[in-house]
Amino acid sequence: MALRIDQDHSRFKAIVRGKIKQNLRKYVQQGEMIGKKGKDTISIPVPFIDVPHFKYGHKEQGGVGQGDGEIGQQLAPGNVEPGDGAGKAGQGEGEHSLEVDVSLDELAQILGEELQLPNIQDRGSEKIVTTKIKYTGIHTIGPESLRHFKRTYKQALRRQISMGTYDPKNPIIVPLREDRRYRTYRLENLPETNAVIIYMMDVSGSMGDEQKEIVRIESFWLDAWLRHQYKGLETRYIIHDAVAREVDRETFFHTRESGGTMISSAYKLARDIIKAEYPASSWNIYPFHFSDGDNWSADDTRLCIELLKTEILPQVNQFAYGQVESPYGSGQFIKDLREHVGEQTNVALSEIADKDAIYNSIKDFLGKGR
Amino acid sequence: MPRSLTPRLEDLRKEIEGYARGFGLDCFETVFEILSYDELNMVAAYGGFPTRYPHWRWGMDYEQLSKGYEYGLSKIYELVINNDPCFAYLLEANAEVDQKLVMAHVYGHCDFFKNNFSFRHTNRRMIDEMANHATRVRRWIDKIGVEKVEDFIDRCLSLENLIDQHAPHIRRNPDPKLAEEQAKLNERVEGIKVDREYMRGYMNPREFIDQQRKKVEDEKQKAKRFPERPQRDVLAFLLDHAPLEEWERDILAIVREEAYYFAPQGQTKIMNEGWASFWHSTIMTTKALKDHEIIDYADHHSGTMGTQPGALNPYKLGIELFRDIEDRWNKGRFGKDWDECDDLRARRSWDKKLGLGRQKIFEVRKHYNDITFIDEFLTAEFAIEQKLFVYGFNEKRNSWEIMDREFRKVKNKLLQKLTNFGQPVIEVVDANDENRGELRLAHKHDGLDLKGDYARETLRNVQSLWRRPVNLVTKVEGKGVMLRYDGQSHSDKKVEL
Repeated sequence: MALRIDQDHSRFKAIVRGKIKQNLRKYVQQGEMIGKKGKDTISIPVPFIDVPHFKYGHKEQGGVGQGDGEIGQQLAPGNVEPGDGAGKAGQGEGEHSLEVDVSLDELAQILGEELQLPNIQDRGSEKIVTTKIKYTGIHTIGPESLRHFKRTYKQALRRQISMGTYDPKNPIIVPLREDRRYRTYRLENLPETNAVIIYMMDVSGSMGDEQKEIVRIESFWLDAWLRHQYKGLETRYIIHDAVAREVDRETFFHTRESGGTMISSAYKLARDIIKAEYPASSWNIYPFHFSDGDNWSADDTRLCIELLKTEILPQVNQFAYGQVESPYGSGQFIKDLREHVGEQTNVALSEIADKDAIYNSIKDFLGKGR
Repeated sequence: MPRSLTPRLEDLRKEIEGYARGFGLDCFETVFEILSYDELNMVAAYGGFPTRYPHWRWGMDYEQLSKGYEYGLSKIYELVINNDPCFAYLLEANAEVDQKLVMAHVYGHCDFFKNNFSFRHTNRRMIDEMANHATRVRRWIDKIGVEKVEDFIDRCLSLENLIDQHAPHIRRNPDPKLAEEQAKLNERVEGIKVDREYMRGYMNPREFIDQQRKKVEDEKQKAKRFPERPQRDVLAFLLDHAPLEEWERDILAIVREEAYYFAPQGQTKIMNEGWASFWHSTIMTTKALKDHEIIDYADHHSGTMGTQPGALNPYKLGIELFRDIEDRWNKGRFGKDWDECDDLRARRSWDKKLGLGRQKIFEVRKHYNDITFIDEFLTAEFAIEQKLFVYGFNEKRNSWEIMDREFRKVKNKLLQKLTNFGQPVIEVVDANDENRGELRLAHKHDGLDLKGDYARETLRNVQSLWRRPVNLVTKVEGKGVMLRYDGQSHSDKKVEL
């Protein structure tokens, strides 16, 4: 139902979005570091959205509280009156800001609007159905793991008082079988569109921390956007030097090897994963590969192009390659790809010189709407 | 859409109202309406008035309230509006026992609104007034454009606390006392009156006369300053003297009017909530509660009264103080004998069986506000019993911690926080600063520094109304500083105070 407040509410949201858009380039460079991250939301400090007043600085103030505790005992940060001093040390004066919770989804949407990213056409034809548990009520029977403590306690307390076995001086409550209350749930089927991102990264000696940082930030935004487009998103991580292996996310961003570079090893592994687990008929598949572009040999590059052309490109929505500039310069690989597969509609290539370039690179990758 | 009470709830309402009147509560007629939780959040975001003028800030408040509700952090049970008739909103999803509690609570507020002196001059037709404000704002939006009006409202809201918080009521006409004092200044200087002419030289030596003349001259000099005396109602000053356009003046007047309407609620938060809680507790536990409801009632009541170490709960502090006053006046624990008695055992068993408690708390609810309430009735015994303490920020450990439990310090801190109702005192001291038509504001520093970044932003908003440069004299870490915004940039200057 439409409420009168909706107008004011959407005006507020528009203001927040406007502020975020103004600062989007800055946020993009910070990747997941832009704010405190919750499960599905991210708190972004948005400058100047509060109405400023003449008021006291919070730290100056202190106040009066109530309860037990020795002098000198610390108060839990959450327990201190809402103010803005605590916990935000390091934020200097002059940039006062209000933290606004924005869902990742909304952030992706703003990113999409600003970069003018087209929406993706879902390619998978079969829908994968997942089931979700929804807690709907309270019942007198159920498994112990779903026992509702407070309801059970109240029920027992009520019974003991009415039976006259409650002693206020010694208020021990013992729930009986019939006092117990349990949560009940319903299973809901949710059809989902599914997508998988396969991240591949070159971890050979020439890829330094700075390069990996760029990859991490970029992957955060790619995740955010694709998650905005698809309900169920899986991510897989492959690292490679001369050989490739699948790793978890943590390892992916923190491994450093010293060997040479054989890109084909990663492509082979990606191909195998797709073949084994992600049939193209029901999955939207996105391999992203990041490297500094120094492949071991022209032979291996030829093998890569062969793999792409015959086995990977026909299976995936889009294959993307990002070449990150390393201290040793930028390699040859992107030129080779451009020459041989650059014309293909589902190939996106991008050169990322530094953090500033991430913003445009996202557009290179996602601008095709595939 | 607001719905009126169901027949069942209407019966309960009548029952509760009967108890309330039976206890001597004197309320406006109260109209209850039922709302769903998002409607209730909406009304709360509008400060209780569903007909308020459009502005994004209500949307921001609504978002916060809605999130708080969704995450299960906070829940509004009720809202009540100071108006005749009183309007009160109930949450649809509340259980019956909750509704009864809330109704009893509402009648407590309603009695307080009607009888406490702070509210005597508030507009009791504020619902209509707010609707009029909204119409006026909408009319200006149509004429001037939404962006411009919204932007101006932003600025006005930024200044909304710059009213005279201690004024008994909103001033709508210039003060006649000023003219009187003006006249006094024009009297001739004659020195001390002498009966015998030959004594004149002794009684009024030349130096003395000169001194007196100079004093008068100084006074006159001061009188030429404008305003003659510092003015706390900065908004009124701007309304009268800033070069505003008609629509701007109208909107600023609206914001000021509403600020004055809400001010008494800020001045009586502890008392008002305490009084309402005292009555919901009394009505429920002595009259209205059915046996099977007792547990849910206790659950709800204790939830409302819960305290956290770092935040004072006005409901809890208020109800306990009222109970303490009632108890003390019932037992005669007041007056000279009581104050002078330091025999602990005698104090503990002190009971003169006066039974004046009820009468006393009704008096208190009429004649006090939070400051005077705390100042007069918060005793050392009470502070200990309620485990009150002072907390502060420990820079070394970068954390908040308990500083002191000493009664004087607790009370002083509490009063300090309530002084000017938690707002810094800012006055207009000169409208022709440096003889250049600049506005000078002064912060009456009482030990607490202003939040610097907010102060600069706010100053910018004052400037946008005054048009000429604006200066604010305050103290930062003990040293006099003048913050300045000239329309283009901010600057700070050291000043001697």
